Amino acid sequence: MEIFEGYWIQLILKVVAVLGVVLVGALAVIYAELKIGSHMQSRIGPYYAGGRWGWAQPLADGLKFLQKEDLAPNTADRTVYGYAPYVVLMATIGTFVVIPFGPDLVGADLDVGAFYVLAISSLSVLGVLMAGWASGNKYSLIGGLRAAAQLIAYELPLVLAVVAVVIQAGTMSLTGIVEAQAEAIWTIGGVEIALPYVFTGQILGFAIFMIAAVAELSRIPFDMPIAESELTMGYLTEYSGIRFTMFFLGEYASMIGLSAIAATLYLGGYSAPGVPDGVVSNLAGPGILLLKIALLVFVIIWIRWTWPRLREDQLQTLAWTWLIPLALLNVAIVSIFKVVF
Amino acid sequence: MAKEIRFPFLGLVKGMGLTLRTMFKKAPVTMYPQEQEIPVPRARGVISLDVDNCTVCMLCARECPDWCIYIEGHKEEQPPSKPGGRPRARATLDRFDIDYSLCMYCGICVEVCPFDALHWSPEYEYSEEKVSLMLHDKERLTEWLATVPEPPSVES
Repeated sequence: MEIFEGYWIQLILKVVAVLGVVLVGALAVIYAELKIGSHMQSRIGPYYAGGRWGWAQPLADGLKFLQKEDLAPNTADRTVYGYAPYVVLMATIGTFVVIPFGPDLVGADLDVGAFYVLAISSLSVLGVLMAGWASGNKYSLIGGLRAAAQLIAYELPLVLAVVAVVIQAGTMSLTGIVEAQAEAIWTIGGVEIALPYVFTGQILGFAIFMIAAVAELSRIPFDMPIAESELTMGYLTEYSGIRFTMFFLGEYASMIGLSAIAATLYLGGYSAPGVPDGVVSNLAGPGILLLKIALLVFVIIWIRWTWPRLREDQLQTLAWTWLIPLALLNVAIVSIFKVVF
Repeated sequence: MAKEIRFPFLGLVKGMGLTLRTMFKKAPVTMYPQEQEIPVPRARGVISLDVDNCTVCMLCARECPDWCIYIEGHKEEQPPSKPGGRPRARATLDRFDIDYSLCMYCGICVEVCPFDALHWSPEYEYSEEKVSLMLHDKERLTEWLATVPEPPSVES
């Protein structure tokens, strides 16, 4: 495999792979959302586009958006307004750089991977705030500010939940965290049993992480920034055409991104019981990780089509009086166990 | 009296169960153009006109909340029914249009007609590509008459 050794070849391959995973994945998640959501409501959902089961519906929607006029209100701050969607999408795609799809299949194995992932996924709210502020629309402004308030409230439990994982694994590299989860904790009759962190003391952390992740994604039940019954569409109100598509893709891509992070941190990432290390793990790794991502994405979609939206003050109460103390407690417990055992 | 014990978050979990169960059930959907739902016999699909019964009394046009019925008529001299009698004037219908783009299917015109000239028909497939084509004239309204079901028998 000498051809894959060159720096530029590797770089191009990585970029293509990441973009492919993000864009194809986002379309797949949009389709899954349409189909699962409609079946949960006793409907059928897209049916005609593409011939069978409406598989081409997300593509058709995307093409329709691309044909629309790219409007900007007179009162908008054109430059900021124009760049906001790309900030959101770039921040989302950035998270995929450090997510390991196999022992060697990783864009860049940073030593501070967990830190980088949290930092760059928080950047997307900057784009949201830019969009809300620059639209020159009161609904957009309120939506953007709500998004900022939500991010500040939920970034803390998210980070604190990850801190517990980092303490247990003893490393911030995402590959290192996966390898720590693949280590056997018991040996019963010669069979080594490895368990992901969700089964070894991180169940509370996993719950906190998922709640905070859904809040970061501004999805129901935490979709106050775009609450359509109150704010029309929040920060998205003025967007149309390709810029709206960017926001839309970014939203679904970050759903995959956060699910991938959760799968890596808590569900063992690319590793699975019975898969030997080395070449096999490199080949099977992406499939295993995608399966875990699909499971988490399904749960997020499931929640969206079941629960109602919270009120703004309930959102803040949940974060500051429940999740943050619980997350601190979780860090304390994990640290004690780490030191004692 | 013991208070009913309520577990926190039980409702949330129940709701999740409900949506999951619904997802695996077959959706009660009629795939319209391929398969058609048969409307109930007395369904309010379209209003048909029996021209012979109409006396151009204008009650329907006046009672219509949307003012979507347009009627024009004129008087015609009728020969006397008995020799030596007085010639009678008879109202004749020139125009009877219902604009179905305005109609809200309240059925007041059918209720108010004193001579049973208007009837409900369960037909519903008469959408058009232009709004102007939704104005059904006398002839079109008479065509619908063939689809009107028999009225239920009078209660004894």
